[in-house]
Amino acid sequence: MMDTVIDHLNEASIESGIGESVLQAQGLNIWFAQESGESRHVVKDVSFDLRAGQCIAIVGESGSGKSVTARALVGLAGQGATVAADRLALEGETLLDRPEAWWGSVRGRKIGFILQDALVSLDPLRPVGKEIEEALWLHKWGTRKTRLQKVRQTLWDVGVPEPDLLVKQRPGELSGGLRQRALIASAIALHPDIVIADEPTTALDVTVQAQVLSVLKEMLGRGTSVILISHDLAVVSQLADIILVMQGGAIVEAGPRGEVLGRPRHPYTQQLIDAVPSEHTKGTRLSPHGGAVAQTLFRAERADLADSPVPLLDARGIVKSFPGPGGLRRTVVKDVSFTLARGETLGIVGESGSGKSTLARIALSLERPDSGEVRFLGRPWSSASIADQRAIRRRISVVYQDPLSSFDPRWRVSRILSDAICLQEVMPRGQVEDRAVHLLEAVGLSAAHLEQWPLRMSGGQRQRVAIARAIATHPEVVVLDEAVSALDVSIQAQILDLLSDLQVQLQISYLFISHDLGVIHHMSDRVLVMQNGRAVEQGTADDVFRNPQHAYTQQLLASLPRLEYANLRKAAAWS
Amino acid sequence: MTASTTEFGRPQADQKTVPRSRIGVPRLPVSIWLSGLVVLFFAIAAIDPSLLSTHSAFETDLLNTLSPPSVGHLLGTDDIGRDLYSRIVWGTRQSLLIGLGAMAVALFGALVLGFTAALGPKWIAGPLHRLLEILLPFPILLLALLFVALLGPSATSLLISVGIGTTAGYARLIRAQALKVRKSGYVEAALALGHSERTIFRQHIAPNAFRPLVALVTLGIGQSVVWASGLSFLGLGVAPPSPEWGALLEAGKASITVAWWLEIFPGIAIVLVALSFTQIGRYVQDRSEGNLQ
Repeated sequence: MMDTVIDHLNEASIESGIGESVLQAQGLNIWFAQESGESRHVVKDVSFDLRAGQCIAIVGESGSGKSVTARALVGLAGQGATVAADRLALEGETLLDRPEAWWGSVRGRKIGFILQDALVSLDPLRPVGKEIEEALWLHKWGTRKTRLQKVRQTLWDVGVPEPDLLVKQRPGELSGGLRQRALIASAIALHPDIVIADEPTTALDVTVQAQVLSVLKEMLGRGTSVILISHDLAVVSQLADIILVMQGGAIVEAGPRGEVLGRPRHPYTQQLIDAVPSEHTKGTRLSPHGGAVAQTLFRAERADLADSPVPLLDARGIVKSFPGPGGLRRTVVKDVSFTLARGETLGIVGESGSGKSTLARIALSLERPDSGEVRFLGRPWSSASIADQRAIRRRISVVYQDPLSSFDPRWRVSRILSDAICLQEVMPRGQVEDRAVHLLEAVGLSAAHLEQWPLRMSGGQRQRVAIARAIATHPEVVVLDEAVSALDVSIQAQILDLLSDLQVQLQISYLFISHDLGVIHHMSDRVLVMQNGRAVEQGTADDVFRNPQHAYTQQLLASLPRLEYANLRKAAAWS
Repeated sequence: MTASTTEFGRPQADQKTVPRSRIGVPRLPVSIWLSGLVVLFFAIAAIDPSLLSTHSAFETDLLNTLSPPSVGHLLGTDDIGRDLYSRIVWGTRQSLLIGLGAMAVALFGALVLGFTAALGPKWIAGPLHRLLEILLPFPILLLALLFVALLGPSATSLLISVGIGTTAGYARLIRAQALKVRKSGYVEAALALGHSERTIFRQHIAPNAFRPLVALVTLGIGQSVVWASGLSFLGLGVAPPSPEWGALLEAGKASITVAWWLEIFPGIAIVLVALSFTQIGRYVQDRSEGNLQ
């Protein structure tokens, strides 16, 4: 298997006519010592050959070993790590068993390393300019004056509009995109031949992501080699020449971009590609696993619902502001109106700070709007008294991005569920447990999970428990606030499938909030696009995504990296 | 890097689902064993002193005044020939009761004030918070002195004074915890489910805010014993001839030049109790902090 992979890689490099080898790994293995004394084999026999001007992307889900691999290449595999390889060489020099001092001269100068989270990677108390200058100073580059010049030049190169201002600012004063670019600048200031980028765009909005990707693209054009670590196939498809797919520490598929994405040979690669939600996946299942939901749940039938022409939720002219710095009020939602009909999904999409989460909290009546009103089935909801609101609350539930923090740390799954079940009606203990088990089965878990601590469950399992709690009270509306954003793509696919199944079966309406345009398009019947607190565009999902009217929507869609190859393949499969 | 994430497919039900207690069965360090023994000894002394004492605590023996520690009198005798060891044993109940009682008073006051300052209506929560902040820099001893002066010296007033003196510190901690828990995701989730504020307080805020304080309470008992003895020593608490430990110190100070044991041994008793409770409190604290987050 490995031989064919390497052959394939060499072939691919020759085909793309790219320069000589700069970084080679053959049979790279990494173990971590564990407390128990055993060691965990986290990277297994990884091989690749990075050539000048080439971009190799390592793709995989959390726990696949992709980040550890990247860190081992700059001598940062971590405490208790054992790194072994048949060959691990940078321009002919081995990288194995090097002292820390030697690494100091390599990092930054020969290999630049871009970390995922710029907020924690930059010193919060130091101006950004100082931080980048230090990288130069460490390598004894130039004089103070030329260094400052160099810093400004580098910031300009990575697309910072006002380098002179940025060098004086601290990381906390910058937006996510500027921060990430500052971090890239500090990694590439010395023009290293190789840049390793570990999830460089993961926490960023799409428009900012597009900017960061274009910076990396430019660097590739100038002959820098890039190793890109990502879980996002769409991002990878923009840059990579070669794609390595990792699963459980081993490379399961490797090859040129077009082949891996267009004609995946390994079932895992196939699953990864299929799991990406987009306009082409609408109405289809994303995950090959798990059939329809077990038929154990009852639809909520209430007298006031029967064929009511009144929308479930009707929000009119919502305005909400919060006190900001300097005594000024910041208006985060500006005159937004929407309706939500029974069994329908309304997707609310926007970038961070667009006010979509505040809108969700107002829809849940956890926040009262300054003006405007939300009505539930024609009755007052946002303006109702606390007692009246409580009577409606069980009919509108919520699933958050981080389920763990929404569970009391002292409670096991059984208590979390029975707490919601008993809200509806008082029933004997055995019946509560039966219903809890039904709910767990409906979300793809089982009775065995009843006595578990959420802390010890995986992210996907926790989100399933959160969904089970949300449907326990027979709600008509579920607000999903970035409910799948923190999950790996295959887990996300399972959860999205689950939500679609539940919707069909229970006739629930979803208010689906996400920054991910693909997810929104996949799930939504109608879409509301938010920018700076305003609803700039509203319409059916297909209309908004295929024929966007507002400039901002057009910009969002243009920034969205697309998985071209996969879509071509799907189109071919359809015809 | 969670290995527990199942890649694709339904999460497996047959993975390790055996519920484990959050604290597990730790192997106790030696210091905790020793502290436990000390606490056990004094607990027995407090419940039934006659089990441990060798003499009566009040019977005088004028032929054996101020005799140094010996086989007949393990820790020696005082100026009117009473057996010091037996007096310390008989005094345990009162000293410990003052310590525990003071802690109980402090805790009760702190719970009421702390939760009110965190969750009460603005017109009361605001001033209360300020008051707690003003009280904080006052030395505990000084506050207690004030209350003893108001109530007159007795075991009860000692207990109340030390309790009130330490209330403000605990109240501030409870307030901070309650505010933190109130902002948590699970409180919001409970609110969204439609629970009443009272239920949310009972189910989530009170237990989660109190949890980190369990360790502090254990620490505080030892502290209270020290404060109470200190006040008795100053003549502001229980007066001789009571064998309360602070009173023993007070009574012995006149003869300190000829009978060192009258000061040293009651002192050691106080230190042992305070140290043992502190050790146990620290241990509980470490365990719970390691497991809470």
